[in-house]
Amino acid sequence: MKNNNTDSRRKFLDKGLKLGLITAIGAIGLTKIASKLNAKNSEASTGKMELMTTDGTIIEVDSSEVMEMDHSKKQKKQEEQEAYDVREGMPNRKFVMVIDLAKCKNALKCQTACNKQHYITGEHAWLKVYKMQEDEDTAPYWMPTTCMHCDHPACVTVCPVDATFKRRDGLVLIDNERCIGCRFCMAACPYSTRVFNWKEPNQGEITMLMDMEHQTEHNSAEFAGLPSVKGTVDKCDFCPHAIKDNELPHCVTACPNGVFYFGDKYEDTVTNGEETLILSKLLADKHGYRLMEGLGTKPSVFYLPPVDRLVDFKEGLESFTDYKSVDKPE
Amino acid sequence: MKNYDKLLNDLAPQKFGKKGVIWTISLIVLIVLGIAAYIDQVIKGQMVTNMNDYALWGVYISNFVFFVATSFVGTVAVAVLRLTKNNWRTPVVRIAEIIAVAAIIMAGLTIMIDMGRPDRLLNLFIHGRMQSPITWDVIIIPTAMMVCLLLLYFPLLPDFGLLNKYYKDKQPNLSKWYGKLSLNWTGSEAQKSIQSKSIQIIAILIIPVGFMLQTIDAWLFSTLYRVGWDSTNLGAYFISGAAVAGVGALVTATYVLQKVYKLEDYITDLHFDKLGKFLVLVCLIYLYFNLNEYLIPQLTSKKGATTHINVLFVGEYAPLFWFVIVGGLIVPVIVLLFKNGRKPLPMFLIGLLVVAGSWWKRYLIVTPTLLHPFLPIQGVPEEWHHYFPSMHEWVITIGTLAMALLIITILVRYVPIVPIQKTADEQEELELELNKNTTK
Repeated sequence: MKNNNTDSRRKFLDKGLKLGLITAIGAIGLTKIASKLNAKNSEASTGKMELMTTDGTIIEVDSSEVMEMDHSKKQKKQEEQEAYDVREGMPNRKFVMVIDLAKCKNALKCQTACNKQHYITGEHAWLKVYKMQEDEDTAPYWMPTTCMHCDHPACVTVCPVDATFKRRDGLVLIDNERCIGCRFCMAACPYSTRVFNWKEPNQGEITMLMDMEHQTEHNSAEFAGLPSVKGTVDKCDFCPHAIKDNELPHCVTACPNGVFYFGDKYEDTVTNGEETLILSKLLADKHGYRLMEGLGTKPSVFYLPPVDRLVDFKEGLESFTDYKSVDKPE
Repeated sequence: MKNYDKLLNDLAPQKFGKKGVIWTISLIVLIVLGIAAYIDQVIKGQMVTNMNDYALWGVYISNFVFFVATSFVGTVAVAVLRLTKNNWRTPVVRIAEIIAVAAIIMAGLTIMIDMGRPDRLLNLFIHGRMQSPITWDVIIIPTAMMVCLLLLYFPLLPDFGLLNKYYKDKQPNLSKWYGKLSLNWTGSEAQKSIQSKSIQIIAILIIPVGFMLQTIDAWLFSTLYRVGWDSTNLGAYFISGAAVAGVGALVTATYVLQKVYKLEDYITDLHFDKLGKFLVLVCLIYLYFNLNEYLIPQLTSKKGATTHINVLFVGEYAPLFWFVIVGGLIVPVIVLLFKNGRKPLPMFLIGLLVVAGSWWKRYLIVTPTLLHPFLPIQGVPEEWHHYFPSMHEWVITIGTLAMALLIITILVRYVPIVPIQKTADEQEELELELNKNTTK
C-alpha cells in the first residue's frame, strides 16, 4: 500500500515536471513567434511621422521607431472599462474551469470562501462538494460543483424575460433586477445549481455598499448577481468582479489542494494559482470530461477523473455534512 | 308565446334562498382568508411556503395546471359535442361554458401566486422572449379567456333579450342591465344570422385554442430535462387528462344545479346517462396515455425512470398514486358501465371522485419529479428532501378554489343555466314534427 502511494506520488511529480517543461518551452516559442510578428508589422510600415520635440521643433521620424507608451495603454484600458457591458462580457475571452477530482479531499475551503465572498445567507451554497458513488460496485469520490456556465444553457433558453443571460466570454449570469421569480430556470438546470431567495437575504452592509456603487458606476461587473434580492434566483457567477481585475475566482485561490484550475479557452491555458497548464493537453492527457455530456448543454467546467488519488476518500468524510452547506452564526 | 312564459318562469335566474346565501358567504370568507395569506406571503417572501430549491414548484403550480385542465370542458362539451351533432347537449352546454370561464380566469390568477416577484409582472411584456414556454402561456391564456367568454356570451344574447322583457315590470333595474347586455336583441332574421355565424366561428376556434392551451401547459414540463417530464407523450397526456377533469367537473356541477334549481324537467336522466358514457370514454383514453407514461419506461428501466416510477408505485407517493389511478379513473369506468351507475346520484359521487383524483394527479405530476434530480440532494436541510404544502399554501389554494366556485355561483345567479331560447326552438321543432305526423 505504502509502495503504491509513493509510486503514484512519484508518477505525479514526474508528470508535473514534464508538463512544466512543456509549458516553459511552449511559452518561449509563443514569445518568439509574437516578437517576429511584431517585427514584421513595424517593417511593413515604412511611412514617416511628424512629431514635436520638447523644445517645440517639428521633426520627421520613421513610424517604425515610434513606440506605444505606457500611459496610452492605460487610457486604452480605461476605454475598455467604459465599454465593458455586463451583458456582453469581456471581448475575446472564453473562461473555463477544470476540476481535478483526483486531488479533492473535501476540505471545503472553496465553499467557505465562496459563501463568504458572495455573502450567502440562505440555506444553500452556490458551490457544493458532492459525495458521489455511481453504483455500489464503483469507487466513491468527492465532486465539487459550480455553475457549469454551459454554452447551450437550458436556463437561458427557458427564461421568459431574458433575466438570465449568456455572455460572449462564456459566463452565464442573472440580472436580479429583472428576474420575476418564476423558477423555470431552476427546473431547467439539470445540475441543480440554482438557488432561490425565499426570504429577504439580509446581507448587511454589502447591500448598502453595492447600492451606492451602482448609483455611481452602473455598469460594473459586480452589478450582475450581487447583492441578492428577495424572490429572485442566484447561482455561482464565476466571480466576474475578480476576473475583471485579472484575479482568480475565490474557490480557486482558497483550495489548499489545487483542485480548481481557471483560465481562458482561447489562450488554451488554465491555472490553479500554483501551476499553469495547457488546457487542451491537460484534458487530453488526463481524459477530461464534462458532466452529463449527453444532454448537449456543453458546460464550460471540465472534470478530470478521480484516478491516481493522492488521498483516501475516507479522509474527507470527517468534514462531510449531509444537511448543511452554509455556516450560520449561532 | 305561452310556451315562453312557462320556460321563463322555470329557467329565469332566481334569487338565492337561505342556503344560497350561506354558501356564498362561506365562499367569500374562504377567499378573504386566502387573500390575507397571500398578502402575508408577498410581505415575508415565499419562505412561508414549504417550497425549497429542490421542490421549487409546489401546490400553486399543480393547482394552476388543474384549473387549466378544467377549462378544457368548454372545448369538449361545446365544440366536440357540437361537431359530432350530439343534440342532447343543449341543457348542459351553458354549465360547461360557465365552468370553463371560471377555470380559465382562475388559471390566469393562480400562476401569479407562484411568482417570486409579482411586482415585476410587466417584465413579461417589456422583456418577453418568444423562445420561453412561459411566453407561449402568456399569449395563449388570455386568448383562451377571450374565446371562452365569447362562447358563453354569444349564445346568451337572445336569452338576455327575453329576460329584458320578462323583468320589465318586476325589476326595472335588472331589466335595464339585461337590455344592455343583449345588445338590443330583437330576434330579427339579420341578427339571428350574425349570431349563428359568430357562434359557429367561436365554436370551431375553441378547438385549436383549447388543444394549444393544454399542450403548452404540458410543454412547460416536457421542455425540461427532468425524469418524468421529459416525455414526447406529455402533450396528448395533458389533453386527455384535461378532458377527464373537465367532464368530471361538468357532471358534478350539473347534478348540484339540477337539484338546487329543480331543473328535473330539463336536465333528465337521459342527460346523465349520456354524460356518464362520455366520462367513461375520456377516462379510458386517459388510462391509455397513463400506460404509455408509466409502464413503458418501467420496461426499459433506465435508472432515473425506475427510481421515479418506484416512488409512485410502491414508495412515498404510492397511496396517492393508486388513489388517483384506481379511484379517479378505474372505479369510475367500472361503475359507469352499469346503467344504474349512470343515474344522477351515483354520477354525482363519481364526478366528485374524478375531480378530486384530477386535482391530486397534477400534484403527482409536479412534485415527485422535482424531488429526484440528476445529482443527489446534498448539503441542504433535511426537510428539503420532501415536500408537503404549508398552511399558507393550503389557505391560498383553497381560496382560489373558492374563488372559482364563487365565479360560477355569481354567473348562475344572473345567467339562465339552461338556454331558454334554444330550448324553446327545439320544443317548437318537436311540436312541428309531431303535428306533421298527426296530419299525415
